[in-house]
Amino acid sequence: MSKPLPTPAPVSPPETDEFWAATAEGKLLLRRCDDCGIPIWYPRPFCPVCGSFRTSWSEASGRGTVYTFTVVHRSGIPRYREALPYVVAYVELAEGPRVMTNIVDCEPDDVVVGMPVRVVFHDTGQGSALYRFQPDPTAADDGI
Amino acid sequence: MTIRGRAFIAGIYEHPLREIPDRSNSQIHAEVAAGALADAGLSFSDVDAYFCDSSAGFGPLSMADYLGLRLTHVDSTETGGSSYVVHVGHAAEAIAAGKCQVALITLAGRPRSAAMGGRPGGGGATPDMVFEGLWGMSGAVTGYAMAATRHMHEFGTTSAQLAEVKVAASLHAQHNPNAFLREPMTVEEVLESPMISSPLRRDDCCVVTDGGGALIVVSPEVARDLSRVSAKVLGHGEAVKHADNGRLDLTYTGAVVSGPRAFEEAGVTQADIDYASIYDSFTITVIETLEDLGFCAKGEGGRFVLDGALVAPDGRLPFNTDGGGLCNNHPSNRGGITKVIEAVRQLRGEAHPAVQVPDCTIALAHGTGGSIGSRMGSSTLILGTEDA
Repeated sequence: MSKPLPTPAPVSPPETDEFWAATAEGKLLLRRCDDCGIPIWYPRPFCPVCGSFRTSWSEASGRGTVYTFTVVHRSGIPRYREALPYVVAYVELAEGPRVMTNIVDCEPDDVVVGMPVRVVFHDTGQGSALYRFQPDPTAADDGI
Repeated sequence: MTIRGRAFIAGIYEHPLREIPDRSNSQIHAEVAAGALADAGLSFSDVDAYFCDSSAGFGPLSMADYLGLRLTHVDSTETGGSSYVVHVGHAAEAIAAGKCQVALITLAGRPRSAAMGGRPGGGGATPDMVFEGLWGMSGAVTGYAMAATRHMHEFGTTSAQLAEVKVAASLHAQHNPNAFLREPMTVEEVLESPMISSPLRRDDCCVVTDGGGALIVVSPEVARDLSRVSAKVLGHGEAVKHADNGRLDLTYTGAVVSGPRAFEEAGVTQADIDYASIYDSFTITVIETLEDLGFCAKGEGGRFVLDGALVAPDGRLPFNTDGGGLCNNHPSNRGGITKVIEAVRQLRGEAHPAVQVPDCTIALAHGTGGSIGSRMGSSTLILGTEDA
């Protein structure tokens, strides 16, 4: 089983305060363009697809699949070294965006591209939580 | 060529606020960009060149990503308060040279709010860095490893194929007395090296070296009067590839844009390239770049490098005959300058005799910056002998 990962608190620009406050309540928010409708990632008050500043928050399903990943065996980041080996991944959310994250609660060597995952939140103790992803057994059941 | 009458300033915008405590530098860059484009009657999709100073994040890459720009020309010349006037001159040169048509120049900063204890918003706190700085990304290798995983998944690329790239570099490095790693390697040895970030092993990575390099670029008139042989600049292309609003595709690089532009300007094709310096921060960097430059089809890079294809002097595409970043040198963690240097050595006939490509008249040098795992710069340079 993967080891507990550190929970560094984000140093957030003001326009993502709501995003991080929501993570502390177990919610993953997506910024969405009010003009073209596309979910925006990383969160920002500007739509990089159509150039609109008319954007708003909506809650993501928290489900997705592994787009790609790596099992990190050597790390230059001191607080992550005790968690080696750990998994860094891009998860493709059901809503479309591919977000950088960690895959947790499984053996690192069991992670594969395309694996269904669901979000979990790891509290930073500073009014925010890190959105990480664990294998999603309900999605696996659906697939059988 | 002169810039006189070749470029016009079509849009301007000055931010109306004088105290902005609640927005990031990135957002202010975006707001002034939108204002100037609106003033010109243009939109973000019209912009093909972007100019900024060092306040905008990781060079021009962070704001290109933020704004979703599709760029074929970038410039982050930093000369303090004069930067934006320099940028106008450089933009006019680029437009006159046909490198771009619509250049966006932005400035943003919050010294007043920062001095009053305002929230961080610029520099290292650009939003892209915030959302990617939490997950244990250990240097560049983590992102490139994720690119390799996806390339393997989609195209069946193998670790042994990646290793062939290192082996070819090592066969060249044995002839370079200054190379950091001079021992020839085998595929088996590469595959036995320690895993760093799967699927990349230690020997899939470039060396970490001190040092540096320099280049002198001159006019034809100066070149003609010099006793040393010069390399002629035939063509060049550049591009920024970014995370594409979170829909990033890690199986290709910005070379898909910079390569064709360089070939077109040079008036040559892949078959004309006698020697190629290919950016080799990691073995996967070479595989993807070879595909994107058109030396083989997308997904075929792993098979292309088999059978000594990259080994000088007799391989199909002799590459990195100095030993490259993988074995020779990657000064300041940036391999672009050594790529140009070795290409010039080849065109002068001054590479080591064991790896000198016979009758080398056209050479390519390709640079990669940032990370193919998120946002990156690509630049392709095609050079020829003096009479090419």
